[in-house]
Amino acid sequence: MATDPLHQFRIEQIVPLHLAGHDVSFTNSSLYMVVAAVLVTGLLVAGTASRALVPGRLQSVAELLYEFVSGMVRDNAGAQARPYFPLVFSIFAFVLFGNMIGMIPGTFTFTSHIIVTFTLAALVFVFVTLVALIRHGFHFFSFFFPSGAPIALAPILIPIEIISYLMRPVSLSIRLFANMMAGHTMLKVFAGFTITMIGALGAVGWLAGAVPVAINVALIGFEIMVAFLQAYVFTILTCLYIRDAIELH
Amino acid sequence: MVNPRLMVWLKGLAAAAVLTVALGGTPSFAQTGEETAHATDSVEQEAGVHEEKGLPQLNTKTFASQIFWLAITFGTLYVLVTKVGLPRVGAVLEAREAKISGDLDKATQLKAETDAIVAAYEKAVAEARAGAHKLLNETAATADAAAAKRTADVVAGLAAKQKEAEARIEGQKQTALANVRAVAAEAAAAAVAKLAGVSPDQAGVDGAVDAALKERA
Repeated sequence: MATDPLHQFRIEQIVPLHLAGHDVSFTNSSLYMVVAAVLVTGLLVAGTASRALVPGRLQSVAELLYEFVSGMVRDNAGAQARPYFPLVFSIFAFVLFGNMIGMIPGTFTFTSHIIVTFTLAALVFVFVTLVALIRHGFHFFSFFFPSGAPIALAPILIPIEIISYLMRPVSLSIRLFANMMAGHTMLKVFAGFTITMIGALGAVGWLAGAVPVAINVALIGFEIMVAFLQAYVFTILTCLYIRDAIELH
Repeated sequence: MVNPRLMVWLKGLAAAAVLTVALGGTPSFAQTGEETAHATDSVEQEAGVHEEKGLPQLNTKTFASQIFWLAITFGTLYVLVTKVGLPRVGAVLEAREAKISGDLDKATQLKAETDAIVAAYEKAVAEARAGAHKLLNETAATADAAAAKRTADVVAGLAAKQKEAEARIEGQKQTALANVRAVAAEAAAAAVAKLAGVSPDQAGVDGAVDAALKERA
Protein backbone atom coordinates (compact mmCIF):
# COMPACT_ATOMS: atom_id res chain seq x y z
CA MET A 1 0.00 0.00 0.00
CA ALA A 2 1.49 3.30 -1.08
CA THR A 3 1.41 5.84 1.72
CA ASP A 4 3.54 8.38 -0.11
CA PRO A 5 1.14 11.30 -0.46
CA LEU A 6 2.85 12.36 -3.67
CA HIS A 7 2.51 8.99 -5.37
CA GLN A 8 -0.88 10.06 -6.75
CA PHE A 9 0.76 12.82 -8.79
CA ARG A 10 3.14 10.49 -10.56
CA ILE A 11 2.93 10.39 -14.33
CA GLU A 12 2.61 6.81 -15.58
CA GLN A 13 3.18 5.91 -19.19
CA ILE A 14 0.38 4.04 -20.88
CA VAL A 15 1.42 4.15 -24.54
CA PRO A 16 5.06 5.19 -25.17
CA LEU A 17 5.25 7.70 -27.98
CA HIS A 18 8.08 9.80 -29.36
CA LEU A 19 7.70 12.70 -31.72
CA ALA A 20 10.60 14.71 -33.16
CA GLY A 21 12.84 13.64 -30.33
CA HIS A 22 10.34 14.50 -27.62
CA ASP A 23 8.72 12.03 -25.27
CA VAL A 24 5.01 12.60 -25.87
CA SER A 25 3.83 9.30 -24.46
CA PHE A 26 0.16 8.81 -23.71
CA THR A 27 0.07 8.83 -19.92
CA ASN A 28 -2.46 8.65 -17.11
CA SER A 29 -2.55 12.45 -17.27
CA SER A 30 -3.36 12.34 -21.01
CA LEU A 31 -6.01 9.69 -20.35
CA TYR A 32 -7.91 11.89 -17.89
CA MET A 33 -7.62 14.90 -20.20
CA VAL A 34 -9.29 12.79 -22.87
CA VAL A 35 -11.89 11.63 -20.34
CA ALA A 36 -12.65 15.25 -19.35
CA ALA A 37 -12.94 16.39 -22.98
CA VAL A 38 -15.17 13.42 -23.85
CA LEU A 39 -17.40 13.97 -20.81
CA VAL A 40 -17.84 17.70 -21.54
CA THR A 41 -18.67 17.05 -25.19
CA GLY A 42 -20.84 14.10 -24.24
CA LEU A 43 -22.79 16.17 -21.72
CA LEU A 44 -23.49 18.90 -24.26
CA VAL A 45 -24.45 16.50 -27.04
CA ALA A 46 -26.39 13.93 -24.98
CA GLY A 47 -28.01 16.67 -22.93
CA THR A 48 -29.48 18.29 -26.01
CA ALA A 49 -30.37 15.02 -27.77
CA SER A 50 -34.09 15.39 -27.06
CA ARG A 51 -34.14 19.20 -27.37
CA ALA A 52 -37.02 19.16 -24.91
CA LEU A 53 -38.95 22.31 -24.13
CA VAL A 54 -39.08 21.18 -20.50
CA PRO A 55 -35.56 19.85 -19.90
CA GLY A 56 -34.76 16.50 -18.37
CA ARG A 57 -31.98 15.99 -15.85
CA LEU A 58 -29.05 15.82 -18.27
CA GLN A 59 -30.38 18.70 -20.36
CA SER A 60 -30.81 20.78 -17.20
CA VAL A 61 -27.17 20.21 -16.31
CA ALA A 62 -26.03 21.14 -19.84
CA GLU A 63 -28.20 24.27 -19.82
CA LEU A 64 -27.10 25.19 -16.32
CA LEU A 65 -23.45 24.95 -17.33
CA TYR A 66 -24.09 26.98 -20.49
CA GLU A 67 -26.01 29.72 -18.72
CA PHE A 68 -23.61 29.81 -15.77
CA VAL A 69 -20.60 30.49 -18.01
CA SER A 70 -22.65 32.72 -20.30
CA GLY A 71 -23.65 34.84 -17.31
CA MET A 72 -20.08 34.91 -16.06
CA VAL A 73 -18.82 36.19 -19.42
CA ARG A 74 -21.61 38.76 -19.70
CA ASP A 75 -21.23 40.08 -16.15
CA ASN A 76 -17.46 40.05 -15.89
CA ALA A 77 -16.14 40.47 -19.42
CA GLY A 78 -18.93 42.60 -20.87
CA ALA A 79 -21.26 42.23 -23.84
CA GLN A 80 -18.41 42.73 -26.32
CA ALA A 81 -16.76 39.55 -25.04
CA ARG A 82 -19.51 37.36 -26.47
CA PRO A 83 -17.29 36.02 -29.31
CA TYR A 84 -14.89 34.65 -26.68
CA PHE A 85 -17.63 32.75 -24.86
CA PRO A 86 -16.72 29.36 -26.40
CA LEU A 87 -13.11 29.69 -25.25
CA VAL A 88 -14.12 30.68 -21.72
CA PHE A 89 -16.65 27.85 -21.68
CA SER A 90 -14.01 25.33 -22.80
CA ILE A 91 -11.61 26.51 -20.12
CA PHE A 92 -14.21 26.37 -17.36
CA ALA A 93 -15.60 23.00 -18.41
CA PHE A 94 -12.16 21.45 -18.91
CA VAL A 95 -10.79 22.67 -15.56
CA LEU A 96 -14.01 21.89 -13.68
CA PHE A 97 -14.22 18.37 -15.07
CA GLY A 98 -10.49 17.85 -14.47
CA ASN A 99 -10.91 18.93 -10.86
CA MET A 100 -14.10 16.95 -10.26
CA ILE A 101 -12.88 13.74 -11.90
CA GLY A 102 -9.85 14.04 -9.64
CA MET A 103 -12.13 13.82 -6.61
CA ILE A 104 -12.98 10.23 -7.51
CA PRO A 105 -10.55 7.98 -5.58
CA GLY A 106 -7.98 6.27 -7.78
CA THR A 107 -8.16 8.83 -10.59
CA PHE A 108 -5.51 11.25 -11.69
CA THR A 109 -6.00 15.01 -11.35
CA PHE A 110 -4.29 16.66 -14.31
CA THR A 111 -5.01 20.13 -12.89
CA SER A 112 -2.66 19.31 -10.01
CA HIS A 113 0.27 19.57 -12.43
CA ILE A 114 1.83 23.00 -12.76
CA ILE A 115 2.78 22.43 -16.38
CA VAL A 116 -0.88 21.82 -17.30
CA THR A 117 -2.25 24.80 -15.40
CA PHE A 118 0.60 26.97 -16.63
CA THR A 119 -0.02 26.01 -20.24
CA LEU A 120 -3.69 26.88 -19.84
CA ALA A 121 -2.81 30.17 -18.11
CA ALA A 122 -0.27 30.96 -20.82
CA LEU A 123 -2.94 30.29 -23.43
CA VAL A 124 -5.21 32.78 -21.67
CA PHE A 125 -2.35 35.28 -21.36
CA VAL A 126 -1.34 35.09 -25.01
CA PHE A 127 -4.95 35.15 -26.17
CA VAL A 128 -5.82 38.17 -24.04
CA THR A 129 -2.70 40.04 -25.14
CA LEU A 130 -3.48 39.31 -28.79
CA VAL A 131 -7.07 40.47 -28.37
CA ALA A 132 -5.83 43.71 -26.80
CA LEU A 133 -3.21 44.25 -29.53
CA ILE A 134 -5.65 43.57 -32.36
CA ARG A 135 -8.35 45.77 -30.86
CA HIS A 136 -6.18 48.66 -29.77
CA GLY A 137 -2.91 48.38 -31.68
CA PHE A 138 -0.07 50.31 -30.08
CA HIS A 139 -2.57 52.07 -27.87
CA PHE A 140 -2.51 48.81 -25.90
CA PHE A 141 0.74 49.93 -24.23
CA SER A 142 -1.11 52.78 -22.52
CA PHE A 143 -2.51 49.97 -20.37
CA PHE A 144 0.76 50.04 -18.42
CA PHE A 145 0.33 53.65 -17.38
CA PRO A 146 -2.95 54.36 -15.60
CA SER A 147 -4.53 57.50 -16.99
CA GLY A 148 -4.62 60.37 -14.53
CA ALA A 149 -1.49 59.32 -12.66
CA PRO A 150 1.20 61.98 -12.31
CA ILE A 151 3.79 61.69 -15.09
CA ALA A 152 6.55 61.81 -12.50
CA LEU A 153 5.41 58.41 -11.22
CA ALA A 154 5.86 56.81 -14.65
CA PRO A 155 9.31 55.33 -13.92
CA ILE A 156 7.85 53.49 -10.93
CA LEU A 157 4.34 52.76 -12.18
CA ILE A 158 5.20 51.39 -15.60
CA PRO A 159 7.59 48.65 -14.39
CA ILE A 160 5.11 47.69 -11.66
CA GLU A 161 2.26 47.46 -14.16
CA ILE A 162 4.35 45.45 -16.59
CA ILE A 163 5.48 43.05 -13.90
CA SER A 164 1.96 42.61 -12.57
CA TYR A 165 0.77 41.97 -16.13
CA LEU A 166 3.46 39.38 -16.73
CA MET A 167 2.73 37.74 -13.38
CA ARG A 168 -0.87 37.03 -14.38
CA PRO A 169 -0.24 33.59 -15.91
CA VAL A 170 2.04 32.71 -13.00
CA SER A 171 -0.51 33.53 -10.31
CA LEU A 172 -3.33 32.04 -12.37
CA SER A 173 -1.54 28.73 -12.83
CA ILE A 174 0.00 28.43 -9.37
CA ARG A 175 -3.34 29.17 -7.65
CA LEU A 176 -5.08 26.30 -9.40
CA PHE A 177 -2.19 23.84 -9.26
CA ALA A 178 -1.36 24.55 -5.59
CA ASN A 179 -4.96 24.29 -4.46
CA MET A 180 -5.52 21.00 -6.23
CA MET A 181 -2.21 19.53 -5.17
CA ALA A 182 -2.48 20.65 -1.55
CA GLY A 183 -6.00 19.27 -1.22
CA HIS A 184 -5.12 15.90 -2.69
CA THR A 185 -1.91 15.69 -0.65
CA MET A 186 -3.82 16.47 2.51
CA LEU A 187 -6.41 13.78 1.82
CA LYS A 188 -3.66 11.25 1.16
CA VAL A 189 -1.70 12.26 4.27
CA PHE A 190 -4.74 11.75 6.49
CA ALA A 191 -5.52 8.46 4.78
CA GLY A 192 -1.89 7.47 5.33
CA PHE A 193 -2.23 8.20 9.04
CA THR A 194 -4.95 5.60 9.28
CA ILE A 195 -2.87 2.97 7.48
CA THR A 196 0.24 3.60 9.57
CA MET A 197 -1.75 3.71 12.82
CA ILE A 198 -3.30 0.34 12.10
CA GLY A 199 0.09 -1.04 11.16
CA ALA A 200 1.80 0.30 14.29
CA LEU A 201 -0.87 0.07 17.00
CA GLY A 202 -2.96 -2.95 16.04
CA ALA A 203 -6.37 -2.98 17.71
CA VAL A 204 -5.90 0.47 19.19
CA GLY A 205 -4.86 1.63 15.73
CA TRP A 206 -8.20 0.59 14.28
CA LEU A 207 -9.93 2.90 16.77
CA ALA A 208 -7.46 5.76 16.44
CA GLY A 209 -7.42 5.32 12.69
CA ALA A 210 -11.10 6.25 12.53
CA VAL A 211 -10.23 9.83 13.46
CA PRO A 212 -8.33 10.66 10.23
CA VAL A 213 -11.09 8.92 8.26
CA ALA A 214 -13.65 11.22 9.88
CA ILE A 215 -11.49 14.21 9.05
CA ASN A 216 -11.16 12.97 5.47
CA VAL A 217 -14.93 12.74 5.12
CA ALA A 218 -15.18 16.43 5.95
CA LEU A 219 -12.16 17.24 3.78
CA ILE A 220 -13.65 15.47 0.75
CA GLY A 221 -16.68 17.75 0.92
CA PHE A 222 -14.42 20.72 1.30
CA GLU A 223 -12.23 19.61 -1.60
CA ILE A 224 -15.25 19.21 -3.87
CA MET A 225 -16.08 22.84 -3.11
CA VAL A 226 -12.47 23.82 -3.80
CA ALA A 227 -12.53 21.87 -7.06
CA PHE A 228 -15.50 23.92 -8.20
CA LEU A 229 -14.25 27.16 -6.71
CA GLN A 230 -10.84 26.98 -8.35
CA ALA A 231 -12.36 26.30 -11.76
CA TYR A 232 -14.63 29.28 -11.12
CA VAL A 233 -11.76 31.53 -10.01
CA PHE A 234 -9.64 30.54 -13.01
CA THR A 235 -12.52 31.34 -15.34
CA ILE A 236 -13.58 34.57 -13.68
CA LEU A 237 -10.02 35.88 -13.84
CA THR A 238 -9.91 34.93 -17.51
CA CYS A 239 -13.10 36.96 -17.98
CA LEU A 240 -11.63 39.94 -16.15
CA TYR A 241 -8.47 39.78 -18.27
CA ILE A 242 -10.63 39.72 -21.40
CA ARG A 243 -12.51 42.77 -20.12
CA ASP A 244 -9.17 44.56 -19.56
CA ALA A 245 -8.15 43.64 -23.11
CA ILE A 246 -11.40 44.99 -24.53
CA GLU A 247 -11.67 48.13 -22.44
CA LEU A 248 -8.04 48.95 -21.46
CA HIS A 249 -9.10 50.24 -18.01
CA MET B 1 -20.38 32.90 -0.74
CA VAL B 2 -17.33 31.17 0.66
CA ASN B 3 -16.22 31.65 4.21
CA PRO B 4 -13.11 33.79 3.89
CA ARG B 5 -11.56 32.28 7.02
CA LEU B 6 -11.91 28.87 5.46
CA MET B 7 -10.10 30.10 2.36
CA VAL B 8 -7.26 31.56 4.41
CA TRP B 9 -6.95 28.30 6.28
CA LEU B 10 -6.87 26.35 3.04
CA LYS B 11 -4.31 28.59 1.46
CA GLY B 12 -2.09 28.30 4.52
CA LEU B 13 -2.32 24.53 4.39
CA ALA B 14 -1.72 24.51 0.66
CA ALA B 15 1.32 26.69 0.96
CA ALA B 16 2.70 24.59 3.81
CA ALA B 17 2.13 21.36 1.95
CA VAL B 18 3.67 22.59 -1.28
CA LEU B 19 6.68 24.09 0.44
CA THR B 20 7.45 21.11 2.66
CA VAL B 21 6.87 18.68 -0.15
CA ALA B 22 8.97 20.63 -2.61
CA LEU B 23 11.86 21.11 -0.21
CA GLY B 24 12.00 17.80 1.61
CA GLY B 25 10.21 15.38 -0.66
CA THR B 26 8.14 14.17 2.29
CA PRO B 27 5.80 16.35 4.32
CA SER B 28 7.30 17.06 7.71
CA PHE B 29 3.98 16.46 9.42
CA ALA B 30 3.99 12.94 8.07
CA GLN B 31 7.15 12.21 10.01
CA THR B 32 5.91 13.23 13.45
CA GLY B 33 4.47 10.74 15.89
CA GLU B 34 4.93 7.03 16.27
CA GLU B 35 4.49 6.14 12.63
CA THR B 36 7.64 7.98 11.56
CA ALA B 37 9.64 4.84 10.90
CA HIS B 38 6.95 3.22 8.81
CA ALA B 39 6.21 6.32 6.81
CA THR B 40 9.86 6.88 6.01
CA ASP B 41 10.33 3.24 5.07
CA SER B 42 7.41 3.22 2.68
CA VAL B 43 8.47 6.49 1.09
CA GLU B 44 11.94 5.13 0.47
CA GLN B 45 10.48 1.95 -0.90
CA GLU B 46 8.31 3.87 -3.33
CA ALA B 47 11.19 6.09 -4.33
CA GLY B 48 13.33 3.02 -4.92
CA VAL B 49 10.76 1.44 -7.17
CA HIS B 50 10.21 4.49 -9.34
CA GLU B 51 13.70 5.93 -9.01
CA GLU B 52 12.24 9.45 -9.10
CA LYS B 53 12.53 11.66 -6.05
CA GLY B 54 10.76 14.87 -5.20
CA LEU B 55 7.69 16.37 -6.67
CA PRO B 56 6.35 14.59 -9.77
CA GLN B 57 5.07 17.99 -10.90
CA LEU B 58 8.65 19.27 -11.19
CA ASN B 59 9.86 16.34 -13.28
CA THR B 60 10.55 18.20 -16.53
CA LYS B 61 10.74 14.92 -18.47
CA THR B 62 6.96 14.73 -18.41
CA PHE B 63 6.38 18.29 -19.60
CA ALA B 64 6.52 17.64 -23.32
CA SER B 65 3.96 14.85 -23.12
CA GLN B 66 1.62 16.86 -20.88
CA ILE B 67 1.75 19.97 -23.07
CA PHE B 68 1.31 17.84 -26.20
CA TRP B 69 -1.76 16.03 -24.90
CA LEU B 70 -3.20 19.13 -23.32
CA ALA B 71 -2.96 20.87 -26.69
CA ILE B 72 -4.62 17.93 -28.44
CA THR B 73 -7.42 17.38 -25.90
CA PHE B 74 -8.12 21.02 -25.15
CA GLY B 75 -7.92 21.96 -28.83
CA THR B 76 -10.33 19.18 -29.74
CA LEU B 77 -12.63 20.10 -26.89
CA TYR B 78 -12.59 23.74 -28.00
CA VAL B 79 -13.49 22.84 -31.57
CA LEU B 80 -16.22 20.40 -30.50
CA VAL B 81 -17.65 22.83 -27.97
CA THR B 82 -17.62 25.71 -30.47
CA LYS B 83 -18.94 23.81 -33.47
CA VAL B 84 -21.26 21.26 -31.88
CA GLY B 85 -21.89 21.56 -28.16
CA LEU B 86 -22.66 25.23 -27.57
CA PRO B 87 -24.74 25.77 -30.75
CA ARG B 88 -26.93 22.84 -29.73
CA VAL B 89 -27.52 24.13 -26.20
CA GLY B 90 -27.92 27.67 -27.52
CA ALA B 91 -30.52 26.48 -30.05
CA VAL B 92 -32.50 24.74 -27.33
CA LEU B 93 -32.42 27.83 -25.12
CA GLU B 94 -33.37 30.11 -28.01
CA ALA B 95 -36.20 27.82 -29.06
CA ARG B 96 -37.55 27.95 -25.51
CA GLU B 97 -37.16 31.72 -25.39
CA ALA B 98 -38.96 32.07 -28.72
CA LYS B 99 -41.68 29.68 -27.61
CA ILE B 100 -42.25 31.57 -24.36
CA SER B 101 -42.27 35.02 -25.94
CA GLY B 102 -44.43 33.68 -28.79
CA ASP B 103 -46.90 32.26 -26.31
CA LEU B 104 -46.92 35.52 -24.38
CA ASP B 105 -47.56 37.47 -27.60
CA LYS B 106 -50.32 35.08 -28.54
CA ALA B 107 -51.85 35.39 -25.07
CA THR B 108 -51.71 39.20 -25.30
CA GLN B 109 -53.31 39.07 -28.74
CA LEU B 110 -56.02 36.69 -27.55
CA LYS B 111 -56.71 38.90 -24.57
CA ALA B 112 -57.07 41.92 -26.86
CA GLU B 113 -59.45 39.93 -29.02
CA THR B 114 -61.43 38.83 -25.98
CA ASP B 115 -61.59 42.41 -24.74
CA ALA B 116 -62.87 43.55 -28.15
CA ILE B 117 -65.48 40.81 -28.15
CA VAL B 118 -66.57 41.69 -24.60
CA ALA B 119 -66.81 45.36 -25.58
CA ALA B 120 -68.83 44.50 -28.71
CA TYR B 121 -71.11 42.28 -26.63
CA GLU B 122 -71.69 44.99 -24.05
CA LYS B 123 -72.39 47.50 -26.79
CA ALA B 124 -74.87 45.10 -28.39
CA VAL B 125 -76.58 44.52 -25.05
CA ALA B 126 -76.82 48.26 -24.43
CA GLU B 127 -78.21 48.83 -27.92
CA ALA B 128 -80.72 46.02 -27.53
CA ARG B 129 -81.80 47.42 -24.19
CA ALA B 130 -82.25 50.90 -25.66
CA GLY B 131 -84.16 49.41 -28.64
CA ALA B 132 -86.40 47.44 -26.31
CA HIS B 133 -87.14 50.55 -24.27
CA LYS B 134 -87.97 52.52 -27.38
CA LEU B 135 -90.17 49.74 -28.72
CA LEU B 136 -91.87 49.41 -25.37
CA ASN B 137 -92.58 53.14 -25.22
CA GLU B 138 -93.82 53.17 -28.81
CA THR B 139 -96.04 50.18 -28.25
CA ALA B 140 -97.43 51.68 -25.07
CA ALA B 141 -98.15 54.95 -26.88
CA THR B 142 -99.81 53.13 -29.78
CA ALA B 143 -101.87 51.02 -27.44
CA ASP B 144 -102.90 54.06 -25.45
CA ALA B 145 -103.94 55.85 -28.61
CA ALA B 146 -105.88 52.83 -29.87
CA ALA B 147 -107.59 52.42 -26.52
CA ALA B 148 -108.53 56.10 -26.40
CA LYS B 149 -109.88 55.91 -29.95
CA ARG B 150 -111.87 52.81 -29.21
CA THR B 151 -113.24 54.36 -26.03
CA ALA B 152 -114.22 57.47 -27.98
CA ASP B 153 -115.85 55.29 -30.68
CA VAL B 154 -117.75 53.32 -28.11
CA VAL B 155 -118.85 56.53 -26.34
CA ALA B 156 -119.91 58.03 -29.64
CA GLY B 157 -121.77 54.84 -30.63
CA LEU B 158 -123.52 54.75 -27.27
CA ALA B 159 -124.49 58.42 -27.57
CA ALA B 160 -125.86 57.79 -31.07
CA LYS B 161 -127.80 54.77 -29.89
CA GLN B 162 -129.12 56.74 -26.93
CA LYS B 163 -130.22 59.56 -29.21
CA GLU B 164 -131.86 57.09 -31.56
CA ALA B 165 -133.59 55.36 -28.66
CA GLU B 166 -134.75 58.68 -27.30
CA ALA B 167 -136.09 59.63 -30.72
CA ARG B 168 -137.87 56.34 -30.98
CA ILE B 169 -139.33 56.74 -27.51
CA GLU B 170 -140.48 60.29 -28.43
CA GLY B 171 -142.10 58.96 -31.62
CA GLN B 172 -143.85 56.21 -29.78
CA LYS B 173 -144.88 58.69 -27.11
CA GLN B 174 -146.43 60.94 -29.77
CA THR B 175 -148.13 57.95 -31.37
CA ALA B 176 -149.38 56.83 -27.99
CA LEU B 177 -150.58 60.33 -27.19
CA ALA B 178 -152.38 60.53 -30.53
CA ASN B 179 -153.98 57.19 -29.86
CA VAL B 180 -154.97 58.41 -26.40
CA ARG B 181 -156.70 61.47 -27.93
CA ALA B 182 -158.60 59.36 -30.39
CA VAL B 183 -159.62 56.88 -27.70
CA ALA B 184 -160.56 59.75 -25.34
CA ALA B 185 -162.66 61.44 -28.03
CA GLU B 186 -164.42 58.19 -28.81
CA ALA B 187 -164.98 57.48 -25.15
CA ALA B 188 -166.21 61.04 -24.59
CA ALA B 189 -168.63 60.75 -27.58
CA ALA B 190 -169.86 57.38 -26.34
CA ALA B 191 -170.29 58.74 -22.82
CA VAL B 192 -172.22 61.76 -24.08
CA ALA B 193 -174.42 59.58 -26.22
CA LYS B 194 -175.15 57.27 -23.35
CA LEU B 195 -175.79 60.03 -20.82
CA ALA B 196 -177.50 62.63 -22.98
CA GLY B 197 -178.93 60.36 -25.56
CA VAL B 198 -177.63 62.57 -28.30
CA SER B 199 -174.62 62.05 -30.42
CA PRO B 200 -172.39 65.14 -30.21
CA ASP B 201 -170.82 66.50 -33.27
CA GLN B 202 -167.25 65.42 -33.89
CA ALA B 203 -165.79 68.89 -33.82
CA GLY B 204 -167.15 69.73 -30.37
CA VAL B 205 -165.79 66.48 -28.90
CA ASP B 206 -162.37 66.99 -30.36
CA GLY B 207 -162.24 70.52 -29.01
CA ALA B 208 -163.21 69.37 -25.50
CA VAL B 209 -160.64 66.54 -25.52
CA ASP B 210 -157.87 68.87 -26.67
CA ALA B 211 -158.79 71.34 -23.96
CA ALA B 212 -158.73 68.57 -21.34
CA LEU B 213 -155.40 67.25 -22.61
CA LYS B 214 -153.97 70.72 -22.51
CA GLU B 215 -155.16 71.12 -18.96
CA ARG B 216 -153.44 67.83 -17.95
CA ALA B 217 -150.29 68.54 -19.72
